[in-house]
Formats: sequence, C-alpha cells, structure tokens
Amino acid sequence: METLKVKNRDIVVPGETLAEGMGFLPSRGTYRIRKEIKAQRLGMISVDKKVIKLIPLTGAYLPKVGDKIIVKVIDIMMSGWRVDTRSAYSAVLGLKDATSDYIAKGADLTQYFGLEDHMIAQITNVTSQKLIDVTMRGPGLRKLRGGRIITVNSHKVPRVIGKEGSMVTMVKQATDCNIIVGQNGRIWIDGEPEKEILAEEAIKKIEKEAHTAGLTDSIKKFLEKKTSKKLEVKGGSQK
Amino acid sequence: MKRNDGRKNDQLRPMTAKVGVVKNANGSAMFKIGGTTAYAAVHGPRDLYPRFKQDPEKGLLRCDYNMMPFSGHGNRVRPGGGRRSKEISMVTQNAINPVVNLTDFPNAVVDVCIELTETDAGTRCAGITAASMALADAGIEMKDLVIAMSVGMLEGELIADVNGVEDCELGATDIPIAYIPSMDKISLLQIDGEISREDLKKALELGKKKCLEIYEIQKKALKEKYSEKVKSK
Repeated sequence: METLKVKNRDIVVPGETLAEGMGFLPSRGTYRIRKEIKAQRLGMISVDKKVIKLIPLTGAYLPKVGDKIIVKVIDIMMSGWRVDTRSAYSAVLGLKDATSDYIAKGADLTQYFGLEDHMIAQITNVTSQKLIDVTMRGPGLRKLRGGRIITVNSHKVPRVIGKEGSMVTMVKQATDCNIIVGQNGRIWIDGEPEKEILAEEAIKKIEKEAHTAGLTDSIKKFLEKKTSKKLEVKGGSQK
Repeated sequence: MKRNDGRKNDQLRPMTAKVGVVKNANGSAMFKIGGTTAYAAVHGPRDLYPRFKQDPEKGLLRCDYNMMPFSGHGNRVRPGGGRRSKEISMVTQNAINPVVNLTDFPNAVVDVCIELTETDAGTRCAGITAASMALADAGIEMKDLVIAMSVGMLEGELIADVNGVEDCELGATDIPIAYIPSMDKISLLQIDGEISREDLKKALELGKKKCLEIYEIQKKALKEKYSEKVKSK
C-alpha cells in the first residue's frame, strides 16, 4: 500500500508521517523509518511525483560555498580578519583575499577593515568542520559604509530577493535606497533616513508574509500607498 | 477513588501550548498543564565554550532547567540552582538527545533554557514537552517530538498526570516518563515511591497512551504558528 498522508504546501512538524509504502522517495529534510517516510524538521512539504522534499521554514543560516553574505569583523588577527557570518561559525578573511594592495609585514590592518565593520563577502570554502573562508575579491564585494543593517530569517531571503530580483528591485525603486541582500539574512539599506525606514518596513513585511500567495502584489500595493508612486514589477538583476 | 481535583484516573489536567513566545530566541515554546507552566527557549547553534566541551563530530545539546523564585509554594523544593535542578537538567538533556541530529554543527552547542513560572508537580515533564517544541521551532533537525508526562500510583490505583497535592501530601508514587512515538521508545523513566513490576508495566502503557494526547497539542501549536502566515493572504 502506498499512500501519501500530506498535500503539497502542507506544514509538517518533526516526526510527522508523510507517506507510507516504499513507492515514495525521501529527499532533503525527510527520513525513512520502517516503511514510513517522516519529516525531520519543521517545514513545508513539496511533493514532486514520487519524491517528497521538505522546505525548512526556520533555522540558522548554513554557510554554502558561493553565497554572498554580509559579514561583520569581530577580531583582527596576524594576517587577516575574523568575521561573523550569522551562522554558528565565524569565517576568516585572509589578507590575500581582502585587497590587491601590497601590505607590509606588521602593518596595521585596521586601516582596511576595523572591528564592527560590515562587508559584503563571498564564501570560497567550507570544510567538514565548518571552517569558513571568505573573499572580498569579486564584482560587487566591498565594505559597506553608512546605511543600516537589518536581519531577516535566512530561509526567507529568496522571497526578499524575488524571482530574478524582482522583489528587491521593486523596493529599491519605491524607496530610492541602495539595498544589498546577503544570503545569511543580513540586509544593508542605504538612502534617505525616512526612506530607509520604509524599506525596512517593506522587507519586514515580506519576511512576515513570505509563503503567502500573491506576495509581490500585496507588497506593491503597500509601497504604492506609502510612496504614492506608480511601480512596475519586472525582473532585475541582483545577486 | 476520587481525585482531589475531581479528575478521572486517566484524565490529564487542562493544557495549553504556544510556540514563538520568546522573541530573542531562535526558537521558543510555552507549555502549561494545570498549575505548571514551562517556558523553553532555544539559542543556537552557536559557539561552544569552554572549549574542552567541544566535540568535532557533532554539536552538543545543553539543557538548563530552572524554577523561578516565585514559582512554587515554598514548602518543599526551593527554586533556583542546586543539586535537584542540575539533575533535572541532565535527565532533560538525556530525554531529548535521542531525537536531535546535530551532526551538521560540529564544535557548536544548542542551548535549551527551560524556566518554570508556575509549579504544581510534573515540572520536568512540562519542561521536556516545551523544550521539544522549542527545538522544532528553532529548525533543529530531529526525528520526532518528545513528550513527557507523569503517571502515578495512589491508593493502589493508577493515575495519569500527578498533581502537586497528590505528589506531596497524599504520597502518590510519581513516575515521570518521556516518550518518543515514532520509535516507540521511552527516553526518561524515574520513579519516586514504590510500585510493583506488573503495575509499572501497566503504568507505562497508560503513560504512552496519554502522551499521544499531548503530542496532538504540540503538533497543533507548532502548525498554528506557521500556517497563520500561509492563510493570511
């Protein structure tokens, strides 16, 4: 007997039986015990033919190679910086990855990045023991000056960015702010103070209403009402 | 036998559960059963210090059980840190550890803080029940939720969910258990009092059955928090 116990987009809790029988395949976030497939964490179910996948709705950020994240300097070492990634582990930014300048031995590294500085950096390596390397060499990677940093749940970042960046582009358009979204859930907003607040409000609204249908429309309405500007929704380019 | 609060022998006290009650935590939950209220907050995974506790193979689950200073009647157990709370922190940890999977977090720790604001027996059980909801809310990988409750023996009869008067004044045998439904395993079993082997077996069967009632409440509370967001279009 093969029976599916849940529907697509159902919210499930750990240990909940998703399907019975060997006809289904457990994918990410699920496991098989005897002949049942059960959920391994709290999340939303996505059934694709015979494959059952669980999309997590909460949880800490898990560092992944290639992610562009907003980091904060927490310590300065002999030849690099230790940065906070908003995950369980800190990362190291080596001298070579930080700048193309020649840095003499024993130079004062705070002239590049000081404590509490925020940067947008890219993860280059994650080991099995979760030692993380980040780099500042690459397009768009830089120190963030001014503006404000807000944080959202890292699992909601894809919704904040939207399809091909449509959502964040819309917020940028409406508020005339510079916005950079890090995969780790840190978001940098820079613009007029009132506009920054509006952008923050909009992003918090997106976070709160992520996973609702018609999210783009409701955010569009919200922003149009607040700014009395006509907005166009289109796919932009945003990392 | 008539129970002092008018319940049937196998009837639990009224329960409420809520998830996401502590804003600063990564996950949190409240569980109230009769006159016992437990709050659990999960922090982490995060850096683990002191360093000698770090395990390069998997993360550590660290539980801390505490009764708030004003929580009890002040007559038997005294709130605050001590031998008793240390022991309960340990059994809580052991009760929850079999379900959580922290292999993704080497050298890190997941802290579970359990605070009891009101106590009327069954605090460790309420704590474990709240903690497993909080862990799920924090997005920790786990095989199942853990449910805990106490069964007991009073005047030769089995009772479910021993309350404060039965425990302290009437001298019921108090048997707190924690149950993992998907594995059909018991991860906490303590006995305070006397009970025969046969009666203990019966008590455990009753406990398992009653735990499933609490399980439904846990599931409902967790789903409520997240489906709200989906519904409010």
